[in-house]
Amino acid sequence: MLRTWRQRITATDVVIWTIGLAIAVMVVYGSAKTLALGKYDLVTWIDLSITGLALGGVYALIALGYTLVYGILRMINFAHSEVFMSGPFTAAFAADALIALGWWNKYPLLSFLIVLAISAGISTLIAILLERIAYRPLRGAPRLVPLITAIGASFFLQYTFRGLYGSGLKGYPEMDIFKGFFMLGGIRVFKTQATAIIGAVVLMLILYAIVQRTKMGRAMRSVSEDKEAAALMGIDVDKVIATTFAIGGAAAGLAGILYLLLFPVAHFYMGFFPGLKAFTAAVLGGIGNVPGAFLGAMVLGLLESVGPSLFLDGLGIPAAYQLKDAIAFTILVFILIFRPTGILGERLTQAKA
Amino acid sequence: MSKRSYALLAVLVITGVVLAACGPAASTFECTDALGCVDIAPGEPIHIAYAMVISGPDETLGIDSRTGVEVAIALKGQVLGHDVQLTGEDDGCSAEGGQAAGTKLAADPSVVAVIGTSCSSAARVAVPLLSQAGFVIISASNTAPDLTREGDPNQHPGYLRTAHNDEIQGAAAAQFAFEKMGVTKAATIHDGSLYAESLQAVFAKTFTELGGEITTQEAVDPNATDFKSVLTSIAAGEPEFIYHPIFVKAGSLIINQAKQVPGLEEVFLMGADGMFSPDVVEGAGDAVEGAFVSSPDLAAFSADYQTTFLPKYKELAGVDEPVSIFHAHAFDAANMIFAAIEKVAVQDEDGTLHIPRQALRDAMYATKDYPGLTGSLTCTPTGDCADPKIAVYEYHAGQYPPERIWP
Repeated sequence: MLRTWRQRITATDVVIWTIGLAIAVMVVYGSAKTLALGKYDLVTWIDLSITGLALGGVYALIALGYTLVYGILRMINFAHSEVFMSGPFTAAFAADALIALGWWNKYPLLSFLIVLAISAGISTLIAILLERIAYRPLRGAPRLVPLITAIGASFFLQYTFRGLYGSGLKGYPEMDIFKGFFMLGGIRVFKTQATAIIGAVVLMLILYAIVQRTKMGRAMRSVSEDKEAAALMGIDVDKVIATTFAIGGAAAGLAGILYLLLFPVAHFYMGFFPGLKAFTAAVLGGIGNVPGAFLGAMVLGLLESVGPSLFLDGLGIPAAYQLKDAIAFTILVFILIFRPTGILGERLTQAKA
Repeated sequence: MSKRSYALLAVLVITGVVLAACGPAASTFECTDALGCVDIAPGEPIHIAYAMVISGPDETLGIDSRTGVEVAIALKGQVLGHDVQLTGEDDGCSAEGGQAAGTKLAADPSVVAVIGTSCSSAARVAVPLLSQAGFVIISASNTAPDLTREGDPNQHPGYLRTAHNDEIQGAAAAQFAFEKMGVTKAATIHDGSLYAESLQAVFAKTFTELGGEITTQEAVDPNATDFKSVLTSIAAGEPEFIYHPIFVKAGSLIINQAKQVPGLEEVFLMGADGMFSPDVVEGAGDAVEGAFVSSPDLAAFSADYQTTFLPKYKELAGVDEPVSIFHAHAFDAANMIFAAIEKVAVQDEDGTLHIPRQALRDAMYATKDYPGLTGSLTCTPTGDCADPKIAVYEYHAGQYPPERIWP
């Protein structure tokens, strides 16, 4: 018994486990010390968590686009961050037009719906065009080819929008109904944060229902299982793939408006970091898995928001927040060491194996 | 081809070579400069380059300075009978951008002087490359102290600046906070850039010396968008004043988010000259009301600024108001170069111009009481040429430029 164990464990395993354990020890020790120091009270921790959840909700909606496309095409759509940027950037200008019309605060709900529709519409359009022009002609090519194309398309879109709207910052005007906050049992919750969290959860449920319950959703899942077999069963594979991109695009466009509620500045580069984070979230949750993307995004949002204060303050590291991405990605490494398929990735691997 | 035509070809080639060799020998000028000379044939322009941030979220800073240089060229007309040609590279306001811009410009031997960089972090990488190439480098907006600190590894021969040193700006901000606003607890935020890091260090030092207390010195990622967490953590120290001398994008988001963090509703926010831009009003929205920003004192500029410079600036840039605040410094930098060229250049009878590089550098460093727009400029041996006057401005929602409130 002992011998078989020794044969199975390689040097690489030992190194990886050591790294994993070191991270775990640091996290636990840092957190314990921070809590012992008592610099932050409970309300502060809850505030940080709410910020994290709001951010996580936005990441979740973007991550959905990555995960759906990966599930079907086995390809990382790196241009998805630009799909995310295109909608809200356009909507910020639409908001200006609505203000000029005097509708912005007079008919806030209608205006908000118009802005949402424009953002989702543009993002969907970009996603469909992207699939049709950049990916479909390369469907049979080796896997690296569409990946490189995606990166190229990403740059192309970024600089197209830079040309269209300029390289400066575009402010997104605040709506009166989203100003201020309400108290929830002694905790201050901003209306924008509440909107982002609730909006993200509702949209994720709707999208999950589309994938799980509708005919198109069933078609999507069967294409993801086996493209050839699905085609033989009479499923229009091209149409299913285009729909997948459209759903991902719409989710990204809606996420964009929630993002602008939280951080009211649009610019042509705004998609890059949220896109990277959402991709990370999708991997963290188990790429190809819709609930996984949601869970991964929430975990990542919380880690970014709470992590630096919790893990590093106690260790006496100055300027902890500069390291928030390092923390998020370290935890990603940590989770992938112990669960290489991501948090909810198991089912998918078994099904695909 | 026959033997004869080979012979003919050979004769032609030899004649050509001999003639070509005789060409320069006809000139009476002999270059003895340690760094060599730039020769400019009659009718050829003098090549000045810029290395400034002209794209991306911080572009207003560089575009504004570039327009300042263009105004200087337009108003100057010709230097010693030669046109001035301006080309340039984007410094990206980052070390990577500085590397790219520096490498490209250093490879062009026709460049006489470089105006730039826009950002100190780009300067740290670009200046050694340009200094090695023998150029004069003069920046209109680098403010990090170490670039002109004697003996510092970041200080290089040939580098000068017309921008004020941050030792002065950071100290002025601390005085404003402590003396004018009467606060005793302040926090600082920097973004890891050379510029912001040194500004906040000077601020913290001066503020403590004045008798104040620094509660937190945080750092953020300039590309981040969520600053609520870091602000929440800063709020735990209960500061009355937050000094965040960073750049437009992150800076406007911090202004926007600070008011939403419990405990920071009444806190004073202050940025530095990197945040003097209409993009801050655009990006921070209504929250910009009451935010402070320090900058060179525009009211202390010479009278020519209003009468000659601004009209030309608006005409060339096609804007109503300057988009940032270093245009006058860039204008002065360009004019100092012209003055120095006029001092050291040797002109042949046919109009050919020879500019000795080391002599040009020496002439730049020797600048004394130069009447510029930004004041009377005198350069130190390490290249600080500014006549620094700092003022504090206050932003109001939807308004640009901000209102001058101190001193």
